[in-house]
Amino acid sequence: MKANCWYGTRTLKIDDVPEPKILNARDAIVKITSTAICGSDLHLYNGFVPTMKRGDILGHEFMGEVVEVGKGVKNLSIGDRVVVPFPIACGHCAQCEREMYSLCENSNPNAWMAEKLWGYSPCGIFGYSHLLGGYAGGQAEYARVPFADIGPLKVPESLDDDKVLFLTDIFPTGFMAADMCGIQPGDVVAVWGCGPVGQFAIKSAYMLGAERVIAIDRFEYRLRIAAEKAGAETINYEQQDVQETLKEMTGGRGPDHCIDAVGMEGHGPGLLGAYDKVKTVMMMETDRAYALRQAILACRSGGTVSVAGVYSGFIDKFPMGAIVNRSLTIRSGQCHVQRYMRPLLERIERGEIDPSFVITHRMRLEDAPHGFDIFNKKEDECLKIVLKTH
Amino acid sequence: MKQHNSYGDDWAGLSTGQWIALGAGVAGLALLASSRREPRGRRREALKTPGAVRVERVTTINCPIYEVYDFWKRFENFPKFMRHLVSVESLPNGRSRWRAKGPAGMTVEWEAELLEDRQGEWIAWRSVEGSGIQNSGSVRFSPAPGARGTEVRVQLQYNPPAGSVGRGIAWLFGEEPDQQIHHDLHRFKQLMETGEIPLSDGPSLLRAARPADPETIRNLAGVEE
Repeated sequence: MKANCWYGTRTLKIDDVPEPKILNARDAIVKITSTAICGSDLHLYNGFVPTMKRGDILGHEFMGEVVEVGKGVKNLSIGDRVVVPFPIACGHCAQCEREMYSLCENSNPNAWMAEKLWGYSPCGIFGYSHLLGGYAGGQAEYARVPFADIGPLKVPESLDDDKVLFLTDIFPTGFMAADMCGIQPGDVVAVWGCGPVGQFAIKSAYMLGAERVIAIDRFEYRLRIAAEKAGAETINYEQQDVQETLKEMTGGRGPDHCIDAVGMEGHGPGLLGAYDKVKTVMMMETDRAYALRQAILACRSGGTVSVAGVYSGFIDKFPMGAIVNRSLTIRSGQCHVQRYMRPLLERIERGEIDPSFVITHRMRLEDAPHGFDIFNKKEDECLKIVLKTH
Repeated sequence: MKQHNSYGDDWAGLSTGQWIALGAGVAGLALLASSRREPRGRRREALKTPGAVRVERVTTINCPIYEVYDFWKRFENFPKFMRHLVSVESLPNGRSRWRAKGPAGMTVEWEAELLEDRQGEWIAWRSVEGSGIQNSGSVRFSPAPGARGTEVRVQLQYNPPAGSVGRGIAWLFGEEPDQQIHHDLHRFKQLMETGEIPLSDGPSLLRAARPADPETIRNLAGVEE
């Protein structure tokens, strides 16, 4: 089968690889119909995540048809159409029982690697480094899905792939970012980053009762989509001083909640932006945290900073003083997708949201390397690429 | 296969860039590492026997005590999660015969006896006299607070004899015995909580994360069917 494989920083190749087989009783094999490129895939692409190996298959946002099930999978049948959550979760450990699926204690066979970097291991993730399990990803024609009795959600035929594909990651991830804020009526939410997760965070903040949502980015086309499709007010951080503008827009209070939907490859103007760039290039800092610092400083006293963007290692100049002295709450986490999939599917079915509004490009799987290139360079007004496989 | 020796070896598979990226965090981790090393050193010092190795590891399993105890009580189950064991066979009078994979295809064997068995609390065993390989182990079960399942505390020790058998047993426990037992206990937890030891396409950094035939994957991961 064809698969999109990682061969080093900004080097991808479509390889012909063997089709996956059942390895464990609770596995299923899915014939993939649609798969997407995630903003977090760019961190792998740009070499920000350690423990990648040449030949690794990328991709963690995929859906398709069940073609084989292990003898331990009783709730799925051949022919079922399913969306597959990106965190692999066993459903039986203490974290899964608490619905903290991305913290599953059993799904990462390479847990010892993650423990060396982070203290404890989170769940395994499809196509996202060996540190997170070394699982083959879903930018391929088929994928093996471990613990298939827990993760995959059957979706109705009446909804086409484009409407339900993003239940795998970015819609729940954006929703959880807003959910972690504990939004109250009248609240103002600011969202850093108008990539796909940022767009869903904006939409979700409104769904959860925000009065106003302000979106921050530097790409006009992304700000335009945030304004037109998600209903946000916008700030272009290359043209306006974010701190001052937010203060001005919120009557001097600052936003009640700030969402970082940027993560570790943020860009920033001025001295701190340059500082991060130099330090990450010299590998003295693993993650550039410009957006996060700004979100912390901009948040109103007693507010919430919710971090949906991916960070993998260590950051500098973390404004702890602001957090302590202004009683800020920091919340974060890889999305517990399994917790959100069904309620969000119901919102789609009720017509409250059509997640396909973020799609700007549809390509064949074979064009994935080109897709990564334009997505990374933000060319051709690229926001979200869906790859069609079968 | 050399790569089975120690999980630590797998780090050699990192590319230069990845090493540097990880290196950026080393300063932060050094503090953690040094505070961790201390109790281990203390434990070894207390043994007094030169070359003796004693390791202790703990995990919490989200299952009732009796289930965890019952599984552990049957020593034949050990090879399911202890990577280097080939088989454990029950003999009469609480004795058991242990077979382990040694280096270069060598098999190491010894006989063990049950020392103590307190139902749902504690199991202890040791190699019988004259078996050539002196080793002992115990496991303690206690309820985790707040109905969080069962805390399982495993302690193993061995006194490596001189010569090839000694090297065999040292190999059995790996270059980092703590890490080896920790890893085995993680597998035990996986087995108890999920009914299986989940396999990934790229165990450690031994191969790229892409499909292969099940036998290759099982061999690399050291998991029996």
